[in-house]
Amino acid sequence: MAATETFVGTPVLRKEDPDLITGQASFVDNQTMPGMVWMYVVRTPFAHAKLNAVDVGPARSMPGVIAAYTAVDLAGDFGGPLPFVWPITEDIKVPTHQALTSDKVRYLGDGVAVVLAETRVQAKDAAEAVTYDCDPLPAVTDMEEAMKDEVLIHEDLGTNVTVHWSHGGAGDQSVFDTAPVIVQERYHQPRLIPNAIEPRGCLAFGIPAQGEFTLVSATQIPHIVKVTLSGTCNIPEQKLRIIAPDVGGGFGSKLNVYAEEALALVLARKTKRPVKWVEERSENYLATIHGRGVTHDCTIAASEDGKILGMKFVEIADMGAYYQLLTPGIPELGGWVYMGPYDPQAYWYEFRGVLTNATPTDAYRGAGRPEATYVVERMLDALARRVGKDPADVRRMNLHPPHAEAVTSLMGLQVDSANYEPTFDRALELVGYEQWRKEQASRRDAGDLRQIGIGISSYIEMCGLAPSNILGALRYAAGGWDGATIECLPTGKVILKTGTSPHGQGHETSWAQVVADGLGVTPDDVEVLHGDTAITPLGMDTYGSRSVAVGATAIHFAMEKVRAKARTIAAHELEVSEDDVEWSDGAFRVKGAPEKAKTVPEVAFSAWHAHALPEGVEPHLNATAVWDPPNFTWPGGTHICVSEVDTETGKVDILQYVAVDDCGNVINPQIVDGQVHGGVAQGIAEALYEEALYDQSGNLMTSTMQNYLIPSAAEIPPLTLDRTVTPSTTNPLGVKGIGEAGTIAAPPAVVNSVIDALSHLGVTDVGKPASPERVWRAIQQARAEGPPGGPSSSRSVAAPVSEGGAA
Amino acid sequence: MIPASFDYERASSVEEAISLLGSHEDAKLLAGGHSLLPAMKLRVARPSMLVDIGRLTDLSYIREDGDAVAIGALTRHHDVANSDALHELCPIASYAAGQVGDPQVRHVGTIGGSVAHGDPAGDMPTVLLALDATFVAQGPNGTRQIAAGDLFTSLFETALAPNEVLTEIRVPKSKDRGWSYLKFNRRAQDWAIVGVAALDGASPAVALTNMGLTPIRATAVEQALAGGADPATAAQQAAEGTAPPDDAFASAEYRRELAKVLVRRALEDASG
Amino acid sequence: MTHVSVSVNGAPREAEVEPRQLLVYFLRETLGLTGTNVGCDTSSCGSCTVLLDGESVKSCTLLAVQADGREVTTIEGFTPEDGLHPLQEAFHRNHGLQCGYCTPGMIMAAASYLKENPSPTEEEVRESLEGNLCRCTGYQNIVKSILDAAGTMAGAKA
Repeated sequence: MAATETFVGTPVLRKEDPDLITGQASFVDNQTMPGMVWMYVVRTPFAHAKLNAVDVGPARSMPGVIAAYTAVDLAGDFGGPLPFVWPITEDIKVPTHQALTSDKVRYLGDGVAVVLAETRVQAKDAAEAVTYDCDPLPAVTDMEEAMKDEVLIHEDLGTNVTVHWSHGGAGDQSVFDTAPVIVQERYHQPRLIPNAIEPRGCLAFGIPAQGEFTLVSATQIPHIVKVTLSGTCNIPEQKLRIIAPDVGGGFGSKLNVYAEEALALVLARKTKRPVKWVEERSENYLATIHGRGVTHDCTIAASEDGKILGMKFVEIADMGAYYQLLTPGIPELGGWVYMGPYDPQAYWYEFRGVLTNATPTDAYRGAGRPEATYVVERMLDALARRVGKDPADVRRMNLHPPHAEAVTSLMGLQVDSANYEPTFDRALELVGYEQWRKEQASRRDAGDLRQIGIGISSYIEMCGLAPSNILGALRYAAGGWDGATIECLPTGKVILKTGTSPHGQGHETSWAQVVADGLGVTPDDVEVLHGDTAITPLGMDTYGSRSVAVGATAIHFAMEKVRAKARTIAAHELEVSEDDVEWSDGAFRVKGAPEKAKTVPEVAFSAWHAHALPEGVEPHLNATAVWDPPNFTWPGGTHICVSEVDTETGKVDILQYVAVDDCGNVINPQIVDGQVHGGVAQGIAEALYEEALYDQSGNLMTSTMQNYLIPSAAEIPPLTLDRTVTPSTTNPLGVKGIGEAGTIAAPPAVVNSVIDALSHLGVTDVGKPASPERVWRAIQQARAEGPPGGPSSSRSVAAPVSEGGAA
Repeated sequence: MIPASFDYERASSVEEAISLLGSHEDAKLLAGGHSLLPAMKLRVARPSMLVDIGRLTDLSYIREDGDAVAIGALTRHHDVANSDALHELCPIASYAAGQVGDPQVRHVGTIGGSVAHGDPAGDMPTVLLALDATFVAQGPNGTRQIAAGDLFTSLFETALAPNEVLTEIRVPKSKDRGWSYLKFNRRAQDWAIVGVAALDGASPAVALTNMGLTPIRATAVEQALAGGADPATAAQQAAEGTAPPDDAFASAEYRRELAKVLVRRALEDASG
Repeated sequence: MTHVSVSVNGAPREAEVEPRQLLVYFLRETLGLTGTNVGCDTSSCGSCTVLLDGESVKSCTLLAVQADGREVTTIEGFTPEDGLHPLQEAFHRNHGLQCGYCTPGMIMAAASYLKENPSPTEEEVRESLEGNLCRCTGYQNIVKSILDAAGTMAGAKA
């Protein structure tokens, strides 16, 4: 009997592609409805101002205008403020965040009025006619300035330092005083703008007489939007449906619940017309969350030969003007991975969250873990310089020993299976580490204007969010489970309803592969439905590299249930006991007589017509499972970047980039590689190109794609990938997650390579992004200070925090 | 994302364009529109009228004309970049046109539009300045020629009158001169942080992109070269007389230092 | 309002438009051809790339009136009646897209470039995409797809 083809582990081509490559996608801006009106949110040019009055009267008389409202006009239409679901400490101070502001403008994205008109253009024109009376206030966008509390963003809170979270320390803290080597550094990581290429947008409509409403939104989290906006918009949850259509990327920026979504729903109810809103890109830069924006004081305590004894990180994190959905939870998420793949005896992490007159920060690809990994890996290089060792050697001697089962880490979480050294070795081998060191030496000897640097980044990440009990202990408002429903159709086809909500990750394909193997069908036989709360009510959506580890595992268990039922029916029809039936080659077969078999499609047909089902078996072959993971998953890996630095101009060219990741078992290697490619490119962008810059009055200077530098294919180098496989022990699929690994690993690999290229000149620090000017300044400064005299001193200069235009 | 409202007229001749420009206060010429429309979309620019000269196809040409190559003002960057005549007779011009924007921009944007926009960060104005190009402008009172050194007057300002139309750019043949255009930017699609156009020969020419309110000649460098200085020495004068911007991309200080490095490299490149 | 007559995907289309209407909204909203996307407002991202008289342009930076009397090809018209263009096949085969939002623009930019340079090097393909931004793929598989398609298209001509 021919073996049935299996699909898991093979590069099945994506089921998602046909509509996307032919221009038939369902992106929200492609959707229109009879009677639809356009919404435009009026924002002011002030980062901070007292709002005395807003006059929408002039807008109401503009052509095509249906309505125009201020916050006061809509006061009775909302059931509550915008959602914030992660009050991470008992004494956290939570700013009030309304869909439109009425008392003060606290950042450039604050809406003060909303206009509805028949067309997109009319809405925009009318928005310009809205007038407001504002008294500008001093704006503060620098965290350390904000911490002085001279300018308060929310007066009622009494301070801008609204949250302090501390892990509290683990292990013997005395090493930070007694260790023979203490390395201390301060690193700043600027704000980043996520820049999903599809802007945010939404379309709200309903049957007002029934109180039923639907929101089609470019969101990563339809299920969370439903629960939260039910309250904000005062729509009973059973009457609210959220649909995420084709969504053009998210990277965390669509892992949120925004004012415009709430406004569209409320106004669809108020005006009884479908309401559509699509943001402009320059609006996205102001009113869609930013990421990062953190400064760390870092300490590593080590032995004289470089063995790490303790790791300590004290962070301040820019929260922006309000808490969005998760804002202060983001640094906390990183707070569990500051040991990296290493094995310190002592650990300390704490952070303070600071309000500023800037766009709220929240999850941006990696969410806390890139911030952590950047400082850890910068510190490893600083330690190597301090003890006079090769950075590869210092890492190797400090890698945590392998473990096949989960172990409890110093910070108290269970870290599942890991084996770091083979991954590390493979990366060094693939990049040709020794060869590059020789090339570096020869260029140094020759005094070449173009110097070579090699940067290493070894990381772990915590993903597969998340065990609900741990989320509860961390004061997060929801659980971390996910759901799946499988329905076997009478014609032999299969419907899978997943609670994950993909926006580029290829779940339709990967999940179909899992189902195909489990039920003995092909991926083409499986239709994957997602992103509609009415069709897939059981879900927690897609973020934090959770979908495969939680969502696909739920599918696995739903499939087990389907197979158990199918096995009962198959045995009945084969007239043998269930014990005599085995699953092999894609069918239930009688042991010893494999030609006597029933396939799942055959059983599905029997279960559907239900003519002769075994006693007590319900018609229809279907099952639902909800999986709550017992632990996070912990992928890891090593990335190595080789850069060439022009020492006259400061320009950095990446000559080679190698990524070796271990994300456990792989369902679709082509899709996994794609996730790494994209993540690494975003990480390279973070390292060399991107930063959001504000001027002294709180204006965003990097306000368009012309000056916020997203790199193109001409800037991103070819990438070399490989993998090791250490199956996760957290879930039966052995999968860990890969969506964020590249973004977590890449920034320190790149920045370390830049510093490494210049270390012989005495350069020990270059801030992020390592722009030509920053690199050039680091060289000038090192030259001014004279050549390095042996291992660097214990405390290097602070990273140059951006001031004005001095990039 | 969408411009404010404006009146629109399509000119069928240069004369009609001139007349339309004169008829409307704050009217603007629309050629490719790749400098104007982005500003209008952000509603930073709000002309009351656009006079579309994009259909004046007789202003799109590249032809040898005595000692010069004549380039019609409506010739697209793409066509300048791919012109066999320019490759042969003035390669720095075709090379620089290929550095403007990105392929889509070069398929629409015109050399005349780029010049008339007067952006000190533009590539073509600098190269044309280094080449000592001559600009032909037509107005209500006829045609006049403007020397490159006289055209660029200030930031986004030129010597063109509001009712004049730039019709032709005449670049001296430079096939016997070594040349270099070095555009330093962070992304390929961006404007230059600093750019340097250099031409060697009997009287070497060096011009700088984005080092002042207009594209400028590095006069001190040129004088040093004329006085016999080697490129490395002459390049030390590159920042003299410049007033580079201080913006989110780079500080003025850095631009000055960058100019010195790039001028040296451009001179070496041009003579190599 | 101004009258425009544009050949879109081979069919004559006429409309009265405001002069300020951008070509991309003429395509998307007047004609309902939503395959061409808008990703920025500064001609930076290239999502809106279409072919104008066979060459790539950014339809967000052209007025509809500028396309009057000319030929526009969008991703809808680029797709053959039955099946896919070699570029579309190559993007699918090589996982050249993830969220797919930049993809129509990438394909149109590549189609235009391959006409100018049918057998490019990898570096040339990367340079040719300087005006198109993708946030998902790191460009690795986009470049691979275009090189693959170039090979297929050259083979078909040989």
